[in-house]
Amino acid sequence: MGKTIAEKILGRHSGTDAHADEIVVADLDFVMGQDGTSPLAIRAFNDMGGEKVFDTGKVAMVIDHSAPSPLEGVSALHKLMREFTADKGIKLYDIGCGVCHQLMPEQGHVVSGDLVIGADSHTCSYGAINVFSTGVGSTDLAAGMISGKLWFKVPETFKFQVNGKLGPGVYAKDLILYLVGDVTADGATYMAAEYVGEAIDALSVEARFTISNMAIEMGAKAGLMEADAKTEAWIKAHSNRVPQPVAADADAVYAKVKEYDASKIGPQVARPHTVDNVSPIEEVEGTPIQQAMLGTCTNGRLEDLTIAAEIVRGKKIDPDVRFIVAPSSRRVYLEAMNRGVIQALVEAGAAVVTPGCGPCVGTHNGVPSDGENVISTANRNFKGRMGNNRAFVYLGSPATVAASALNGKITDPRRYVR
Amino acid sequence: MELKGRSHKFGNDVNTDYIISGRHKFKTLDMNELAKYVMEDLDPDFYSKITPGDFIVAGSNFGCGSSREQAPQAIKCAGIGAVLAKSFARIFYRNAINIGLPVVECDTDAINSGDELVVDLSKGIIRNLTQRREIAVKPLPEVMITILNDGGLPAHFRKHGTFNL
Repeated sequence: MGKTIAEKILGRHSGTDAHADEIVVADLDFVMGQDGTSPLAIRAFNDMGGEKVFDTGKVAMVIDHSAPSPLEGVSALHKLMREFTADKGIKLYDIGCGVCHQLMPEQGHVVSGDLVIGADSHTCSYGAINVFSTGVGSTDLAAGMISGKLWFKVPETFKFQVNGKLGPGVYAKDLILYLVGDVTADGATYMAAEYVGEAIDALSVEARFTISNMAIEMGAKAGLMEADAKTEAWIKAHSNRVPQPVAADADAVYAKVKEYDASKIGPQVARPHTVDNVSPIEEVEGTPIQQAMLGTCTNGRLEDLTIAAEIVRGKKIDPDVRFIVAPSSRRVYLEAMNRGVIQALVEAGAAVVTPGCGPCVGTHNGVPSDGENVISTANRNFKGRMGNNRAFVYLGSPATVAASALNGKITDPRRYVR
Repeated sequence: MELKGRSHKFGNDVNTDYIISGRHKFKTLDMNELAKYVMEDLDPDFYSKITPGDFIVAGSNFGCGSSREQAPQAIKCAGIGAVLAKSFARIFYRNAINIGLPVVECDTDAINSGDELVVDLSKGIIRNLTQRREIAVKPLPEVMITILNDGGLPAHFRKHGTFNL
């Protein structure tokens, strides 16, 4: 009987013939926490009698959710992380380095075939480069830091076969919003997702991260893709480690398979207050917005910033819109500066904030007011998500956000993209 | 283990942002402080309605969204004895077991807000005293029973030094 990517990676890391629904205890290649989850993990680490981490080269912490600290209480937790990482000899990415899910692959910590946990639900992002990576809580993170292991239920797999090609002005974000809307917020719960087909093959590695990043929004444990020549080249440019790519067998057994035609999908928008409340942009076009947000682990990479910059270049955003841009890492920020991307965004009226998660998770850097509408490239639009439960968050692609910022209302980006 | 309390009913897809908002959870490790804001965005007065031992009863996909362990911690510190739902999001489910908050998968359609319930975890049965009926419970995976019996994952590690499942 053939195997899925999830079964192969979990089998290889547990020394078992892992099949779906079996429980395995597996060796971890990398373990990561951020500033919303690490402080509790440090407490659990001490509570568990932890003294040192299993391998100082395989653990890192990132300060990105409230960076730089907006509050005294947060500062105390950041200090706790700085002291812990220094004491244990592990890498800390402090404020300004970027969003954890950009840093893990960009800094070369994770490569194809790896098994990775992160105390952040969007850890599934690295599935785009063929990593079985999944989000855990703080206590599981502490257990991983101490032992280098974690128990897993080997998931069944939901295969998304995406044929055809996305049209102009339609992006990876539109595709994943469409898929989440189609299968709903718990359509793939307890399962791994595998994204395959012509439309996925045609995407850049950066765009693939956008898709895997949102696997959790359909409840999935991982959002896996096979590694191709693009993946291999991308990893070579970012890591010294040797990837061990894993492909699904032709006769692998899937819990579900669904087919889609990418050429029939236009720009999509998730309406308040759930990610699966998705509609074609035509249905929400013209909705006034007071804030536009470009960034996050979903869409803060160089390609995303470039797409937005090309739409606003030489123009001015609507005077009643606050256009907030958060590059996903320092490296992305610098490259975007070198290429004039930041220049174009700022000249159009954007306010650039420190690379990090602040606006998306409502900690700082752009909390909307009562009754305001926000269009954002983030992955969640839950009530209160951006820090005010009387605001309304719409989700779309970087192009949709840029086009909407120009017009002060939700706008179809195909007007600007040929 | 037998738990007794009243039901507080919620709908489907209750995410961890609703359980404890990012507005609060990033600034402190004091779970008793966070407990005051449990479910704030769904019901601003929820905390004041809880009598220790009460149950949160919900539909499907409870705890979806972020991996924040503050969510089950805050529920537990608010005095909730267990969460009953048709299904749970997987990270929340693991987190709850790890910190020792009982999570019970069962058909919650027939439970109303305010119903008096007795949850018998060892027998795998819920008795709805208000409606005089019984509801079957989907058993926990064996690894989770081991972790719960040890008193949560930190206690399991203190006992064994690593995973012993």
